[in-house]
This record gives sequence, structure tokens and C-alpha cells, in this order.
Amino acid sequence: MFDVAVVGGGVVGCAVARRFTLQGARVVLLEKGADILSGASKGNSAILHTGFDAPAGSLELACMQAGYREYLEIRERLGLPLLESGAVVAAWSEEQHAKLAGIEVAAHANGVADVRLISRDEILAREPALSGAVLGGVLVPGEYLIDPWSAPLVYLLQALENGAEVRRNTEVLAGRFDGAWRLETSTGEVRAAYVINCAGLFGDVLDERLTGVRQFTIKPRKGQFVVFDKAAARHLRTILLPVPEERTKGIVLTPTVFGNLLVGPTAEEQESRDRADTDSATLRMLVDKAVEMLPALRDMPVTAIYAGIRPATEEKKYRVRHEVGQNYIVLGGIRSTGLTAALGLAQHAWGFCAGTYAAVAAPVWPQAPRLAEHCARDWQEVGYSEIICHCEMVTRREIEAAMEGALPATDWGGLKRRTRAGMGRCQGFYCNAALTALCAGRLHD
Amino acid sequence: MIDVAIIGGGPAGVAAALALKRRGVGRVVILEREAVLGGVPRHCGHSPFGMREFGRVLTGPAYTRRLRAAAEEAGVEILLRHSVVRLRPGGVLDVATPDGVKQLRALRVLLATGAREMPRSARLLGGDRPLGVLNTGALQAHVVLHGSVPFRRPVVVGTELVSLSALATCRGHGIKPVAMLEQGTRQVARWPLALFPRLLRIPLYYAAEIAEICGGARVESVKLRDGREIICDGVLLTGEFVPESSLARMGHLAVDAGSGGPVTDQYGRCSDGAYFAAGNVLRGIETAGWSFREGAAIADYIADDLVGGLPYAEGGVEVVCGEGLKYAVPQSLARVTRLRGVLQLRVAEAIRGQLRVRAGDVVLYKRRLAALPERRILVDLESLRIPQEVSQIIVEIVA
Ligand SMILES: Cc1cc2nc3c(=O)[nH]c(=O)nc-3n(C[C@H](O)[C@H](O)[C@H](O)COP(=O)(O)OP(=O)(O)OC[C@H]3O[C@@H](n4cnc5c(N)ncnc54)[C@H](O)[C@@H]3O)c2cc1C
Ligand SMILES: Cc1cc2nc3c(=O)[nH]c(=O)nc-3n(C[C@H](O)[C@H](O)[C@H](O)COP(=O)(O)OP(=O)(O)OC[C@H]3O[C@@H](n4cnc5c(N)ncnc54)[C@H](O)[C@@H]3O)c2cc1C
Repeated sequence: MFDVAVVGGGVVGCAVARRFTLQGARVVLLEKGADILSGASKGNSAILHTGFDAPAGSLELACMQAGYREYLEIRERLGLPLLESGAVVAAWSEEQHAKLAGIEVAAHANGVADVRLISRDEILAREPALSGAVLGGVLVPGEYLIDPWSAPLVYLLQALENGAEVRRNTEVLAGRFDGAWRLETSTGEVRAAYVINCAGLFGDVLDERLTGVRQFTIKPRKGQFVVFDKAAARHLRTILLPVPEERTKGIVLTPTVFGNLLVGPTAEEQESRDRADTDSATLRMLVDKAVEMLPALRDMPVTAIYAGIRPATEEKKYRVRHEVGQNYIVLGGIRSTGLTAALGLAQHAWGFCAGTYAAVAAPVWPQAPRLAEHCARDWQEVGYSEIICHCEMVTRREIEAAMEGALPATDWGGLKRRTRAGMGRCQGFYCNAALTALCAGRLHD
Repeated sequence: MIDVAIIGGGPAGVAAALALKRRGVGRVVILEREAVLGGVPRHCGHSPFGMREFGRVLTGPAYTRRLRAAAEEAGVEILLRHSVVRLRPGGVLDVATPDGVKQLRALRVLLATGAREMPRSARLLGGDRPLGVLNTGALQAHVVLHGSVPFRRPVVVGTELVSLSALATCRGHGIKPVAMLEQGTRQVARWPLALFPRLLRIPLYYAAEIAEICGGARVESVKLRDGREIICDGVLLTGEFVPESSLARMGHLAVDAGSGGPVTDQYGRCSDGAYFAAGNVLRGIETAGWSFREGAAIADYIADDLVGGLPYAEGGVEVVCGEGLKYAVPQSLARVTRLRGVLQLRVAEAIRGQLRVRAGDVVLYKRRLAALPERRILVDLESLRIPQEVSQIIVEIVA
């Protein structure tokens, strides 16, 4: 019997499992995928947002800002990186330029006081490689970049090392509440006092399975990305945000903590909740868009292409709900800001149950994989034995470590997210065979 | 102090090391990131390699064993598992080794880091992201170095020479390609090699381009732009070679957009005179034999340079790659009374016309030709007389 069953190992579920564990609850996290991060959290822009442009007074804004603060507080102890890049919301047309003042006002209203208008000249002084077509912008100094995989991984690791349990390949199929929850899963029954629905792209499906009704409907919205070669990174240090259009935040051009440059995401409504496919025409459009903004990217090799799916819903807000008599919390519809808001959402959910348990007195602080290019990497330390992936400089020691411990990688995706092996410019030309041999019998498709 | 540090121990790097030792250069060091010397031929399980170098037909692995033996015998210092991670001005290298990161200084550095095939991502090839999408190099490493088989019934994309070598690799390891796709209307490789797919009864699709790769965990099919779908369990992306020039790109050396390699002059000298380049890092792609000879030739220039025997790079003539051409290597020519070496050219698309080298309106060289992609086109530099006042020549093919 657990105190809390967290359903879903996306960034939100991982943060929730951590918070409840540290507060003293006995937690189990149930994830239907072979590994955590098999849903929306698999592919995003990796920006730690200030909330400067979030809807005023919204729960989304509150959770983003609480999440942002907690990330900064805990990240050093967990070995998580932070690239203090700052962002510029850049205007490329008179129409966009006219919106800048409003963006500054809204940011201040949201409590992000250091946001200010920035002239074309100042932008170009800061980013000399940027196209001269830029007209002006809003500077958001506090927008930062993080490692989108290591953060949730180490959140859950911290839960596990302080007593929580994780069950992967475990899908919650149904549930019944009779004072406590009996969850029917693909690997047997799980009993828990509380259930927290963090099922992301399937949040509404789980809602129905547990309560008999869907109180919201997920409208999957795909975003495609193109990652440029690390050689591109020298041309841009700041996150370049677009002036927001009606539906989304639009196309971003940004450095990554892995030392690349990223352009994307698109916003494409689709039926499928799990098909994150890409198409050449869109990818080409993204490349063109990036070159337009940053002409130095012409002829720059592309390293990777990918897509992520946002768990948007029919309404433009988080779908958070607490059913008191049912011991049931839903953290649903965490659309496009969940990486930032996850720790804040976890605090918020904890608020519903505060006082129930006794916090862990001296929690263990595990260390995240060190994958950020601006921090010390494993290959810089003696005794790594050999480099397996030359493009991303991934050592044998790192790969071995990723397949051990409390939350070992069990499939290729999991290994890549924990180490970056095979994710560099050659995409496995040099290392695929060696990597396969090294992991033989230890990973499945 | 190292006299010459060579980055990469493939055919070009080893040939250069041997030539430098022959010229009596003192400390010659090969920095190779793999655990063994040899470069790409290590995993080319087939022949022919080594005809010109060793006077006999060898398989890739046998050829690399010869390279190793020759290098050891010549007294070349071979540092394995040494990954060069950064080039600094003047011949200073940051090197990652299992014993820690080191900084090495050399009077001259030769980049011989080779070439690789373009991966799926850089081709902007859409669809799902299943396992089983590989380049020829990775397939070869699987079957030749590790005895593993990544797929059984792949679709082979491309018809370059390497695509046929990929078919040979498949055949030897129980892999039966279900189709071979060519974007164009004819095979890129030359007859009679081009008959090979037909001999193996592999259907060849012309004007065929993949619209998307489909599959969950593993590849299940590919959909072509014309709507056809081919059931398969893998995609083998062959050819479309790109120089492994990331060190130059990431550092201070000028890189040529056309070739994708570092900008060099006829001596293989880069934009920083402490650096030279040879082998397939210069361009995609030439044979191992070519890379070997090029390594040796450029090493001779390095040996000359060490004793002050190379003409100045300053005030050189820029070689501009004009109409009809994909690249021209080298991209600049140091000014000397008698040029040596060759200008290496490639076209992106089949073209028939006049190949010209001109300075402004003055034509310095011309000949008629019919050129196909991925076929070697050479212009003998000795035949060029570049007038004193000229600072730029243009190479082009006028249809
Ligand atoms: C293109 C894109 C760009 C983004 N950029 C940013 C950004 O820059 N900054 C930022 O802060 N946010 C960003 N986001 C948003 C962020 O990625 C999401 O908000 C976040 O990943 C949502 O996480 P989640 O845990 O709610 O959902 P998910 O990641 O979908 O997690 C849900 C998990 O539950 C599992 N599951 C589902 N049903 C069941 C069941 N019945 N039983 C067991 N397990 C189940 C799933 O397998 C999945 O692993 C972006 C998102 C996208 C798509
Ligand atoms: C898949 C494939 C198949 C081929 N098949 C044939 C064939 O059948 N016949 C033929 O004649 N030619 C073939 N070629 C072409 C030719 O043989 C090779 O490209 C040839 O090996 C080129 O020699 P090289 O010395 O320039 O480079 P490579 O052989 O590629 O050697 C480069 C070396 O540099 C090392 N290196 C790279 N970066 C670093 C670094 N940062 N630090 C340290 N070391 C580094 C690499 O590990 C490698 O050992 C093929 C090429 C490829 C890619």
C-alpha cells in the first residue's frame, strides 16, 4: 500500500514523485513506457521560462515562477546545468514592433521586473551575427537554458534514492476508489491512498479510466525542430523568441546546453498523441527561417531533426483539479511550459495534501549526468578508458553508468537521453556498431 | 616539441607520416582517436585496396594492417585513443586522452580526419524515428568489426560506388536488400559496376525519393514521394559524403562551403600556415589510394615548409567555384612561376559543356567535357599560367 501513486513519468510526474517523497510520502510512479520521458517530455525547446509572457494571474504563471525559483535553488546540489543565455523577443516587422511595448508592460505585471525594451542597435551589438532586418525587441535577461532530460531524470532519481519506487512498462488501465485507490495496471494491482494523474498526452484518457468522465480533451499539437551543428553555436548566445502570434509562441532560434543551435518548434494540430514524425518540407522551412534570422547559418550542417507533442487541450490553460473526497489530483494539459513549471506544479499538488506526512530529514542528493557543454564533462577527467561516441565525446564510463543504478536505461532512447551517445553530427556513422556491441543484451528496441 | 602532428591515422595520415620520416623529419606523431590505426578501410571487408601502395590487392582490414606495420617500422609515434578536440592558432592542439586532457604543440599539423556519409538528419529525411537507419560506414563496422547484423531486408538509398560496396557487404552477411533507390534517372556508379544490383536481383527504382521513413521501434517501411510504399526492416543511406572537418569548423580555420573541407592552397596549406590538410577531409570523396598518395604528396610540402622551402601563402590567387560546379579544391593558389599539382572538381548534376578557367574575361584554360556527379574531374595546374595582376580565377562549366 502506497501513500501516493503518480501516474506518468513525464517531467511533471517525476517532479511530483520527488516532491511527495521528500515530504515523507511513500510514492510509486507508474509509467507505461519502457522508460520515463516517453511522452511530451521527450522533445522540447529546453527553455527555463520566467513567465514574462504567461497569462496574467494564471495557475500556469504561478507554477512556472515557482518552478523556476526551485530549479535555481536545487540545481547545483543535483548537478543540473544552467546556461544563463537571456532571451530577446525580436520584431521583424512593423506590426510586430508595435507589440513590443505591450510585451514589456505585461512582463512587469507578471513580476518579471528586469524585462526591458531593447533597440535594434543594442540587439546587434549583443548578437552581431543576427540579420540587420531586426527592428527591435524586448530583452528578457532571466530566460535560461537547461538539460531537458537530465532534469526530470534526476528529479525521479532523488525520489527513488529517498524511498520511492518506479514501475516502468506499467500502464494504468482502470481504478476504483473505496477510501483508497485500487489501480488495475498491466503488471498487476497497485494500491495507494492518493492518485495523481500526470499522464500528459493521455491525461484525459486516464481521467476517464479513473473517474468515468473526461473533464478535458487533449488536442495534441506537434512541434518540429532542426538542430544545427555545434559550429553554429558561436553565432548566437541569446535565445531568440518571436513576437507571439495567436496560437503559439512561434518559431524560436536558440542555443542549447549541449552546444548546438536549435530552430523550432512548429505548431501542428494532429490526431495522434504519440506519432512525433517530421517532414522534409517543414524541416526545410525551419532551416530557411533560421538562415533568414541568422545568415551565418547558410551552409551550416544539420545535426539532428526531431519533433515533440504538446498536451494542449480545448482551453488555453492548465487543467489542474483536486477531487477532495476522491483523493485524486489531475495535473493535465501542461502544454508548452511544463519543463519550467514541473517543480512548481509539484509544489502546488503538494499544497493539496500538506501536513499529511513528515518530511525526510536529510534527503540524499543524487547527481545528474553531466551533459552540458559549458560544464565539465566526463571526458575531461582521467580514467574514462575510451570515447565511444566521438561527436558528443561520450565515454564508455558514462555509458556503463547509464545502464546501472536506480533507474537504468533499458532502451536506446533512454541511453541517448542519459548520455547523448549517437546524437551528434555523424548520427552513429562512427559509433553505432561499437555502441551496439557495448550494450549487447542490455538494451531492447 | 613535435615536428609534425598528424590528426587521423587513416590512409592519408599514415602515408603522410611515412613520407615525413623518409624526408628525415624528426618527431612525427599520429593522433588517432580510435583504439587502432587504419581509418575507414578497417571496416571495408572487401578488396581492392593497396594496389599502388603495396603492389597487391588487399581487403580493407589487410590493407590497414600493412599501414600499421609500415608506420611502426618507420618510427612514427602512434598515439591511439587520442581525440583532438580543438585546434588553436599556430599548431597548438587540445587532446583528450584517457590519462587526461593534454595540450600538444607541433611546428606543423596535418588534418587527415577523413570523410563520412551524410546521416538521415542532415538529409532532412522525415518520418518516424525507428531504429535501423544507418550509413554504409556504420553497417560495415557492424558486420566487419563486431559481427553484428543491424537489419535483414533494408532499402538501399543511393547508387554511388560506395552503394555497390554496401551491396557487397550485405551479400556477404546474409542481408538481402529489397530495393535500391536512385534520385536521378541513372546510376551514379560507372558501368560495369552498375550491373551489380541486377546480378543480385535487387530492384532498382529511378527518380525515387523517400518521403518518409515509417516504423515504431524499428523500421517497417518507407514511403516514396510518388506514393509507393516499400516494406523493409532498415534503411541504408549510402554516399553523399561530407568531410569530417568539424575541427576546422569549430576552430579558426576557414572552411569552404562547396567542398565542406578546410580551405587550402596547392600545398594543402590551410588559412593558418601551421595547419595542412590531406585525404578525404578535403572533399567528399576519393579512393583510399588517392588519399594515400595525397597524404604523401602534402607531407613532402610540409617537409619543405619546415626548412623554409614553401612559397608564401600571402598574396595568393583565389579559386572561385563558378557555374555548374559543386566544388573546386584547392580554393587558393600560392603565387609561383610554375604551379604543381591538380585542381580537383566535382559537379552536382550531370552537365555537358565547356570547362573553363578564367581570370576576368581572359580564358586561361578550356576543354569540352561531359560530367556526371561524383566523378573525378581534374585540371592540371601546370597547364595554368596565371598573369601577375590577377588575384582571382574562376572555374566553371558552361553548358
Ligand atoms: C515542441 C515543444 C516545445 C516545448 N518547449 C518547452 C520549453 O522550452 N520550456 C518548457 O518549460 N516547456 C516546454 N515544452 C512543454 C513541456 O515539454 C511539456 O509541458 C511537458 O513535457 C509535459 O509533461 P507531462 O509530464 O505533463 O507529460 P508527458 O511528458 O506526456 O508525460 C506523461 C507520461 O505518462 C505516461 N502515461 C500516459 N498514460 C499512462 C497510463 N495510463 N499509465 C501509465 N503511464 C501513462 C506517458 O507514457 C508519459 O511518459 C515544450 C513542449 C513541446 C512539445
Ligand atoms: C563508408 C565508406 C566506404 C568506403 N569504401 C571505399 C572502398 O571500398 N575503396 C576505396 O578505395 N575507398 C573507399 N572509401 C573512401 C576512402 O577509402 C576513405 O575515405 C579513406 O579511408 C580516406 O582516408 P583518410 O585517411 O582521408 O580518412 P579516414 O580513413 O576516414 O581516416 C581518418 C581517421 O581520422 C581519425 N580522426 C577523425 N577525427 C579525429 C580527431 N578529432 N582526433 C583524432 N583522430 C581523428 C579517424 O578515427 C580515422 O581513423 C570509403 C569511404 C567510406 C566513408
